[in-house]
Amino acid sequence: MTDPGLLTLPLDRIGNRPQFGPGGVGGRPVVWVLAAVLPVAFLAVFFAWPVSALVVRGFVDDGVFTLNGIRDVLAAPRTWRIVGQTLGQAVAGTAVAVLLGVPGAHLLYRRRFPGRRLLRAVVSVPFVLPTVVVGVAFQSLLATHGPLGFLGLQESFTAIVAALVFFNYSVVVRTVGALWSRLDPRAEDAARTLGAGRVRVLATVTLPALAPAIASAAALVFLFCASAFGVVLVLGGASYGTIETEIWYQTTQLLDLQAAAALSILQLVVVSATLIVAGATRARQERALRLSGNPSDAPLSRADAASAVLTAVVVLGLLVTPMASLVWRSFQTASGLGLSNYFALSGTGGQLTVSVWQSLANSLATAAVATATAVVLGLLVSYVLSRRPVTAQGRRSLRALDAVFMLPLGVSAVTVGFGFLITLNRPPFDLRSSWALIPIAQAMVALPLVVRTLLPTLRAIDPRLHEAAATLGAGPGRIVCTIDVPFALRGLGLALGFAFATSLGEFGATSFLARPDRPTLPVVIFRLIGRPGAENFGMAMAASVVLAVLTATVMGLAEWIGPKEVNPW
Amino acid sequence: MVTGLAIRDAVVRYGPTIAVDGVSLDVAPGEVVALLGPSGSGKSSLLRAVAGLEPLAGGSVSWDGVDLTSVPVHRRGFAMMFQDGQLFPHLSVAGNVGYALAGRERAERERRVGELLELVGLVGYGPRPVTALSGGQAQRVALARSLAASPRLLMLDEPLSALDTGLREHLLGVLDATLQATGTPALYVTHDQDEAFAIADRVAVLAAGRLLQVDDPATLWRQPVNAEVAGFLGYRLTLDAAQAASLGWPGTPGGLVAVGPDGLVADPSGTEVPVLGIRPRRGGTEFSITVPGGGVGRVRTRELLTHADRRTHLAVRLDPTGCVVLPTGFALDTARNVPVAPESDDARANPVAR
Repeated sequence: MTDPGLLTLPLDRIGNRPQFGPGGVGGRPVVWVLAAVLPVAFLAVFFAWPVSALVVRGFVDDGVFTLNGIRDVLAAPRTWRIVGQTLGQAVAGTAVAVLLGVPGAHLLYRRRFPGRRLLRAVVSVPFVLPTVVVGVAFQSLLATHGPLGFLGLQESFTAIVAALVFFNYSVVVRTVGALWSRLDPRAEDAARTLGAGRVRVLATVTLPALAPAIASAAALVFLFCASAFGVVLVLGGASYGTIETEIWYQTTQLLDLQAAAALSILQLVVVSATLIVAGATRARQERALRLSGNPSDAPLSRADAASAVLTAVVVLGLLVTPMASLVWRSFQTASGLGLSNYFALSGTGGQLTVSVWQSLANSLATAAVATATAVVLGLLVSYVLSRRPVTAQGRRSLRALDAVFMLPLGVSAVTVGFGFLITLNRPPFDLRSSWALIPIAQAMVALPLVVRTLLPTLRAIDPRLHEAAATLGAGPGRIVCTIDVPFALRGLGLALGFAFATSLGEFGATSFLARPDRPTLPVVIFRLIGRPGAENFGMAMAASVVLAVLTATVMGLAEWIGPKEVNPW
Repeated sequence: MVTGLAIRDAVVRYGPTIAVDGVSLDVAPGEVVALLGPSGSGKSSLLRAVAGLEPLAGGSVSWDGVDLTSVPVHRRGFAMMFQDGQLFPHLSVAGNVGYALAGRERAERERRVGELLELVGLVGYGPRPVTALSGGQAQRVALARSLAASPRLLMLDEPLSALDTGLREHLLGVLDATLQATGTPALYVTHDQDEAFAIADRVAVLAAGRLLQVDDPATLWRQPVNAEVAGFLGYRLTLDAAQAASLGWPGTPGGLVAVGPDGLVADPSGTEVPVLGIRPRRGGTEFSITVPGGGVGRVRTRELLTHADRRTHLAVRLDPTGCVVLPTGFALDTARNVPVAPESDDARANPVAR
């Protein structure tokens, strides 16, 4: 989103100037509509239908429309405690992530020092780690018998907020950093020459310029925090829950669909409000600031000591420590340090239905299918969303489409998963017993990330490149093949990586849909950690390390292939 | 029928704004026509309409008598060169130059690309990435790319304005030589008078979406049709008959006298006028003076003065060879020495004062 190319688009080309007239370039609207049909149909069948079917259940009892279910839920003190906890952890997680992330963005994107690339990579790993793994990592650290057990943070609000910040720190750093690195430093220079001190420059020039990126990042982090599932389920224990875990609890443990549906509606309200804010800030951000063409940075200096120390503390204390603790615990066995936890992965631990390695194979297979689905759909959606329609009506439609494809980002994966179970169990889509349900659900979750990754590269294409190609004799088809496709390919590596890593670690929907005989790795990890015994715990640790290494490697490769400047937020 | 480009009563609108207001213009085979106008005059919009990149709200564009209004951009055979090149960043220099040659045989394509790179003085640059080119090199690649498929018409949209002065001068030569060598008819949009005069067979002056005058450079310079055109070309001061006479105009001019950059000369036997200021220039000095009856004129001398020098008066006279007499029909707003066309309002007359 903060792609610089996008930010430097000349405004007059976006605004009132018609881009594609009758004899214009870039394909006809009818082509865009055709390209949108497949993704929209997919979204309708595998997202809108299941979710709305679940919501409808909240209003129907024995075939009769009723508001009783909703009323009961809204009247229950437990509901409001849960809503309070959800908003509380989301607000706290967002605030801390922004407060820590902005100095981090300054250091990692505005300062030059040896090891910066490595540090950027380290910072961006947590975001793609499976939620279950992060939950397990923090659990290993904070458990009463863990290294930080003396803090008494097990099953606490603080632990959950720390884990949420762990996840979302990189969202803030990357979003704000991408904009910051392109901010024309001469505005700050000008303020300095006019007599403003560093603090005043920061407050009056830099932060206002960064405000759109900060707001946009905050809205997204809030969204992620408010719909966090795996990490809350693992870390929150019985005493702590969010709307998301409550939906899970009501549906799977109490089988109270009305209550679950009512909670889903509550969550939709929160998510929609956040998406509207996020959309508004993103639109503002896409209206360019003064950006320099190339990233500009300066060598690290004494004045950066504060942000350097803070970032070092965050990276070491918050990001590295839980992961290191996870790795350390994975080697701990009854007979001292060793590899026996890893050797145990080839078995079932006596209680699992398949071996851990088998579940990894399941994960890889479903993730591959999910990735292919998400990327194909994402390419189509991004292509359509990157068009610039002539009419105001067309532009409104595109904005609506954009928002619609972001919805899966914030709607409870649990809701989606459960919706699948109640809608896709009869013709025309009798998929209940089909393994295809899981990759479809995972693709649904990954799709917004894929779109956010591809869209900036496509939107960064100057419309005049299309015009130049057209005046050189290229028809609409050739323009797509020779201009749009090569640009999209630059973002494709990253999109593939995000899709694969997300699918690999997806837990919310998968936990509903995975059949007992075909669990994925995150599901197996969750089962292992829920069982008593040091052996199970050790296996969970080892399996988490395997999953973490795998996703981090995938993302590392993707970042390495992908364009450096693209950031999906 | 070979008649080249014919624009008839072209109108381009952006919502309620009329950018091009009923322009008719021809480009004959082999001819280079410059569209000259200040920014916002509609010259780029007209070019885009010719290319098919903007729809015409009225009028027509045709080639050799064939109406092109419903022909899509890529079938018109008009290549466009953009102000900032718009090279395809993911293709090499050769990939860019050869873009329009899709469908030709590989050997033929390579030969043609080599030929064009030679034409623009970039032999051997084919394999380079375009991102490594300087601004001037990039524009030369853009030129070669536009010419690759031997377009029926070359459209150039301020091709040199993103470059610095020295390079601009050099590339103007490259452009001129290339257009001459290939015989490609061209429509050349610019706001720079010198550029237009240097490259065009005919210059079309646009203001506020209307075509004011089309002529070859010499005629345009000697016979601007009105004060607006004269003012835009560089006749910055306009005098009535009495003022002209007081500055030594021989006889009585038949209308208002527009004074060009060399229209006022220092002459000890001329009229003493007050000096407002002096500005050292390369090889001389430029005086700002007040002409009798009001109005500010500029006079260049070979004297080398510095800022510290003071002059209160200078003797000057008009040099008729550096002035033109405007067609009658204009009155002079004596308060500002701005000619006012009978039908025009202040806004239209104002450019002359600048």
